[in-house]
Amino acid sequence: MKDLIRIRDLTVRFYTYEGVVHAIDDLDLDIRQGETLGIVGETGSGKTMTALAILRLIPYPGKIESGSIVFCDKDSGAETELLKLREDRMRSIRGNKISMVFQEPGAALNPVYTIGDQISEVFLLHRRQELGCRARERVDNLLSDGGGLVAGLRRPFWRWQRRIYDKIAEEPQALEPRLLSHVPLFRRLLWRLPDEANLLTVDMLKDVEIPDPVRVAAQYPHQLSGGMKQRAVIAMALACSPELLMADEPTTSLDVTIQAQMLELFRRIKVDRGASVLFVTHNLGVAAEVCDRVAVMYAGRLCEVAGVEELFLHPSHPYTKALLDAVPMPGRELQTIPGALADALNPPPGCRFYPRCPSATPLCQQERPKLKMLAKDHMVACYLF
Amino acid sequence: MRDWRFTARLLVKNPLSLIGVALIVLFIIIAIFAPLIAPTPEGHRDPYVIPRDGYWATPEAPSAEHIFGTTQGQYDIFYGCIWGTRSAFRVALIVMGITICIGIVLGSLAGYFGGILDEVIMRITDIFLAFPWLILAMAITAVLGQGLRSVMIALVVVWWPSYARLIRGDILQLREEDYIEASRGLGASSARVIIRHVLPNAIYPTLIMASLDIGAVVLSAAALSFLGLGAPEGYADWGQMTQFARNWIVGPPGEPLRYWYAVFTPGLFILLFVLGWNLLGDAFRDIFDPRLARR
Amino acid sequence: MKTFVDIRGLKRYFPIVGGVFRRPVGMVKAVDGVNLAIKRGQWLGLVGESGCGKTTLAKTVVRLIKPTGGHIYFDVPDEVKAEIEALESAGKNSGKLSSLLKENDLGTFSGVRVRAFHRRAQLVHQDPFTSLDPRMKIKNIVAEPLRIHRVLSGRAVETAVEELLGRVGLSAGQLERYPHQFSGGQRQRIAIARALATKPEFIAFDEPTSALDVSVQAQILNLLKDLKKEFGLTYLYITHELLIAESVCDYIAVMYLGKVVEMGRPEEVFHTPRHPYSQSLVAATPVPDPKRRVGRILLPGEVPSPANPPPGCTFHPRCSRASKECHEVGPDLKLISNDHYVACFHPL
Repeated sequence: MKDLIRIRDLTVRFYTYEGVVHAIDDLDLDIRQGETLGIVGETGSGKTMTALAILRLIPYPGKIESGSIVFCDKDSGAETELLKLREDRMRSIRGNKISMVFQEPGAALNPVYTIGDQISEVFLLHRRQELGCRARERVDNLLSDGGGLVAGLRRPFWRWQRRIYDKIAEEPQALEPRLLSHVPLFRRLLWRLPDEANLLTVDMLKDVEIPDPVRVAAQYPHQLSGGMKQRAVIAMALACSPELLMADEPTTSLDVTIQAQMLELFRRIKVDRGASVLFVTHNLGVAAEVCDRVAVMYAGRLCEVAGVEELFLHPSHPYTKALLDAVPMPGRELQTIPGALADALNPPPGCRFYPRCPSATPLCQQERPKLKMLAKDHMVACYLF
Repeated sequence: MRDWRFTARLLVKNPLSLIGVALIVLFIIIAIFAPLIAPTPEGHRDPYVIPRDGYWATPEAPSAEHIFGTTQGQYDIFYGCIWGTRSAFRVALIVMGITICIGIVLGSLAGYFGGILDEVIMRITDIFLAFPWLILAMAITAVLGQGLRSVMIALVVVWWPSYARLIRGDILQLREEDYIEASRGLGASSARVIIRHVLPNAIYPTLIMASLDIGAVVLSAAALSFLGLGAPEGYADWGQMTQFARNWIVGPPGEPLRYWYAVFTPGLFILLFVLGWNLLGDAFRDIFDPRLARR
Repeated sequence: MKTFVDIRGLKRYFPIVGGVFRRPVGMVKAVDGVNLAIKRGQWLGLVGESGCGKTTLAKTVVRLIKPTGGHIYFDVPDEVKAEIEALESAGKNSGKLSSLLKENDLGTFSGVRVRAFHRRAQLVHQDPFTSLDPRMKIKNIVAEPLRIHRVLSGRAVETAVEELLGRVGLSAGQLERYPHQFSGGQRQRIAIARALATKPEFIAFDEPTSALDVSVQAQILNLLKDLKKEFGLTYLYITHELLIAESVCDYIAVMYLGKVVEMGRPEEVFHTPRHPYSQSLVAATPVPDPKRRVGRILLPGEVPSPANPPPGCTFHPRCSRASKECHEVGPDLKLISNDHYVACFHPL
């Protein structure tokens, strides 16, 4: 399988009042085309930051210190270094080729716009050309339909519209339509664009299994339940058929039965649209459900990455094993991991897991273990191997 | 809760807030050392009465003897401004203090218990807020007679409704917090919950508003004094001194700014005092704004 | 075993006010007739999704909220309960009945008596980030119940606080700190220490680990196990995570839309669920085993709003086994096997 995203030596640091936090420390990770990669970790593991780094959305006071994230576009085959991209080029990637779904659906939706408006916004931003083509087609149909006095009166109007949409279809950022959109009365000429976008939106809502999509598109976020809101957010993210969909704990705030529906949806997305999914979660059960490959992170570093069955059958890194043991399973004593999560400000030297590791050796304290290939497609960063 | 060091550092980091802090510190020093800076002449009974160097009306320009000049009636402007700092602080702190106390009591009762009590208290505040504040203050001072005490009472009456409302609003919001519920769950009585949990958390926005308002209090007191309703004649109070200067704002034709010193200096003191508190209040607001994450 | 906390027909409705004059236009039936008998020393798990009323139930049992109907008997002898029942079914609204109720029914307590009750029963909140007063040092937070109930004073309070914090795994050197200086797991421990201060007999937990990481969760659960054994506590444990409920609880009650739909021992409820909703809950729970993916029952639709519950059995719109009877009448909890109750006309 070809790579879609290649992350190498990524380092992200946060410069806070209390000191420097190493959110991500020399991360190497690949996301392949058409796969669902899960990143599993607890607080401070850097999993959310990894997703944000790909989209260059790291909040202040964080900074991407070094490293490279290469995005291999499926269609054009071009490889772009995301970290060196100009901001406007980056914007054309966000929501378009790579999009993100966040944990709280209520927070991701603007309460003063309808769902339909918010999803249409994505189309208007990235698919202007296509919308222009469709609008042009519709006006062509009107013009060719012919007859009638009323139609005759409106013809010049339509011809004007056609000219404008033609311009947009050729060049989405053409000057004349853009200027026109700022002039109060003549703005009306461009009404077909949001209209077409709305049609696409309703299709999108149908796709994410929202019942009665036309009605829902006209509703406001507060009128929807949590599960529906999350579906709407997923619709927004999938609107432009991105090649990579990133989801940061999208089901954590949802009920178990709704979560089951949502995971089913994620599975279907991958199959229907051939998109890759980066699924960030702290729940190993969810990861087992929906991922093809799983990466385990601890304190900003990658511990282990393997295919999902391989990881759960043969967990190798002590942290992975401890995590699996800590999941409450009936009939078994709850195993805890001794100690506390690594201090973000003063992480232990060498292997970050060293203070809590049952199989630690003096070498672990001195130098950070590198990722080694344990078996086919199974990498571990541990001196035990 | 906020580390004092962190707060202090934030206060001096921002240049504007640094100016504010400097101004207030300067005024505090002036107020404390007033007897040293502008010593009361021998035999003068009340230090708050500005010493006079004669009785004629025309203000005299600044000279070696009177550094800032003299105002109408030959009251020494320098002495008046320095001791006026003490008056300003007195008025500001007393008015603010009492207002906050009344506001806390009524605001907490209204906010925490809600219901009829809330409605009644809010209607009372409505009544007070319906009057234009200056008219109300003037009316009260007129009834109570001249003097800084009447001014202070009038200002308290005019100001307390805003604070009661502010505190009530904060409490309404805090009432729903988990730790308040947890306290009640521990068996705490309402009084305990209010005093120990709600108020310490609600007080910060109030303090911010108070520091911004201190300037306004002094300005209002000055306004009332300017209208002749405040301190008695000759009292060391900035507003009082602007009242003296009322007749001398515009000088004789051909020399309109001849008596500039009579108006300028007291006005400058008022300006700087209010500015200092405003800047300080802004700085506090930025520091204590919970949305500005420290981490 | 004697029933320690006996909840009978508990109802808690929240009026929805609307219109200009704020008349009640409807009711949110958060808890709609719940019967639970918690025995002394039992760890009862209350399982359900959001909106099912489990938090409201816990807060009502601990009397943070006043019930709208039903009775809560906390450590009341059986004879008294029987007498009350007899008087009630006789229909007479006698003075004897009301005095008995005032004496024993937790729902009628108010003011001082409720506060005294809180020495014996406590609640630990869900979110450790908001359940501690951010402006109090943790030594005062934990000492507060001791001061309120005047159990100890002066130096004794400090010693007790140190002991409590030590018991939950925090060192004495952290007494002077503020909550924001601690992690989520540590804050939850502080909350637990606070709950233990007056040596209660009964503690209700509202999803105490849902805001915490997996490894911290395990630590807290083990702590709760130890404390329960050491102090002989009774727990009412609310959670939406079935895995936790199954591994630590002695008895399970499943709630849906304000009612208990199934009750029984964990092995039975989770391995052989008899109510369709329990079954779909169990099936929907992801486990860390990639092979266990197929054959899941996806429950259609969403949880209805408790302000507008469906008539009859509240689950019938989503139930694959619903019949005409389910549309009209709400089923009661019936005993179907050893200590296993189901509220369903067509149990699995």
